[in-house]
Amino acid sequence: MAPKPMLPELMQAHGISRRGFLKYCASLTSLMALPPLMAPRVAHALETAARPSVIWLSFQECTGCTESLTRSHSPTIEDLIFNAVSLDYHHTLQAASGHAAEAAREQAMKDHWGKYLLVVDGSIPVGNPGFSCIAGISNLDMLKETAAGAAAIVSVGTCAAFGGIPHADPNPTGAVAVSEIITDKPIINVPGCPPIPVVMSGVLAHFLTFGIPALDELGRPKAFYGETIHDRCYRRPFYDKGLFAEGFDDEGAREGWCLYKLGCKGPTTKSVCATVKWNNGTSFPIEAGHPCLGCTEPDFWDNGGFYKPLSVPAGDYRKYGLAAIGAGAVAGVAGAALARAGKARAAAAHENVDAHDLEK
Amino acid sequence: MNNPYFDLLMWARGPGFDIALIIFAAGMVIRVVEILVLGRKSDKAPAKGSPVGQGIRTVFSRSIPRKGLINYAPVTYLGGYIFHLGFFIALFFFGPHLSLFDSIFGFSHWWPEALSFQWPSFGRVIIESATALAILALIALMYSRLTDPVRRAISTFDDYLVWLLCVLPLASGYVAVNKLFGDPTLMLALHILSVELLMIAFPFTKLTHAVTFVLSRYYNGAIQGRKGAES
Repeated sequence: MAPKPMLPELMQAHGISRRGFLKYCASLTSLMALPPLMAPRVAHALETAARPSVIWLSFQECTGCTESLTRSHSPTIEDLIFNAVSLDYHHTLQAASGHAAEAAREQAMKDHWGKYLLVVDGSIPVGNPGFSCIAGISNLDMLKETAAGAAAIVSVGTCAAFGGIPHADPNPTGAVAVSEIITDKPIINVPGCPPIPVVMSGVLAHFLTFGIPALDELGRPKAFYGETIHDRCYRRPFYDKGLFAEGFDDEGAREGWCLYKLGCKGPTTKSVCATVKWNNGTSFPIEAGHPCLGCTEPDFWDNGGFYKPLSVPAGDYRKYGLAAIGAGAVAGVAGAALARAGKARAAAAHENVDAHDLEK
Repeated sequence: MNNPYFDLLMWARGPGFDIALIIFAAGMVIRVVEILVLGRKSDKAPAKGSPVGQGIRTVFSRSIPRKGLINYAPVTYLGGYIFHLGFFIALFFFGPHLSLFDSIFGFSHWWPEALSFQWPSFGRVIIESATALAILALIALMYSRLTDPVRRAISTFDDYLVWLLCVLPLASGYVAVNKLFGDPTLMLALHILSVELLMIAFPFTKLTHAVTFVLSRYYNGAIQGRKGAES
């Protein structure tokens, strides 16, 4: 591969000023929950980064994660962060195909063994490795082979991080997350369907500057997955006031009231959607009038239905409840009848006793 | 990869709720049907007044405190009222709970249009004040139960169990909504599970009074009414 220009030259080519770049570094620093004094260090590290080799593997996915990252208000500095690394293999973005593409991957692995960053989007089928292959290599084999020489792995999107939609019940392909196959490498989970572009580039920038960020118990960077959407939602005051939209076209919906009753998963979903927002900070699903689906959480597809409020039971309870009422009525009548029968028996068995009997 | 907190929440919303509902519904129906079918011994004496009017009146009139009770048993008097009202407000006027009742009874789905009403939900200040006051009232009632030698002597295991089962949903709900501590998903799951424990215990403990108080008050009032007396 021809050597790529460094970040300052790229910025110049895209007409981005140094001031713009520093502003971006400052916002990235605050987004990553780092002290403000770190901003110059972030800028310095990005400018002088040694351009680590990145191999991006796409397995059972929809390419939405790549779309999210590459279509983010082009041309952005996020794009350029992408250019600060040497992306040596990526199905969708690379020009080469077939054997030439695989040769590029093998070459990059050989050249940077133990140092390259592996980015994965999509889940891995273990039901039958033939369910998903690239150039005749099963996803499982390619992941194991490529992960062996990686410095760290970034699981981008909910499919790679937690199994995602392919993992949804009944999981016909036996889809699993990267972390269920690779256990001996540091893995950063960046879930979302897709993740917010700036979260992806933020994690990448953190990795380039300070290494692996602080992760929560699900392997997600705490800076981006530390708080629930509910806690930062601009519609939260309506929840607190008890004002809810009951339908998508009622007065509450038009007034912009809380979407909890329409199934919003904001209270149990950790993400920065409500603050960072999407499409260059334009809005996020709740702002567009749709409840949060909870896409940054494992098994979000199977968590009781998108339009069922969190407080509502997810099972077939109504059928059971009616059956229980019927059975209870029958048992109640039977119990009372038994008690009456016992009373009648006792009355029949009653013998009159008078004073003479007692003297006997 | 699974989130154990979500798995717990989904169990609580799925099989857990089904089990609790079956036990609660069947158990309560058994209790009430038994009481109704057993009925009362027929009174052969000629009636001197109306049993029905006096019975219905008593169902409501016994919610009004006896005169002088405030001096005689202030903690029971105040604590009792505050707890019951607080629990009632938190249960029936918190938005997410209304979703639950709407889903179970289907106000907005299969009731006639005229009946498909939903009462409004209250705001955070009212709900949380009611919850906090109900918890404080329960603590005061337990304190008086433990310190008063008579009350302590007549307390059984059931009394302490029922107290705990009432405190847990209130406290866990308060913690879950305010994110006081713990993972929000876990706290929501624990809140729902605590309510399910309450539902399961309901038909087998003195908690049945929430329904059977109507029957016992009616009978008491009707007996007096038939004798031409006030109750």
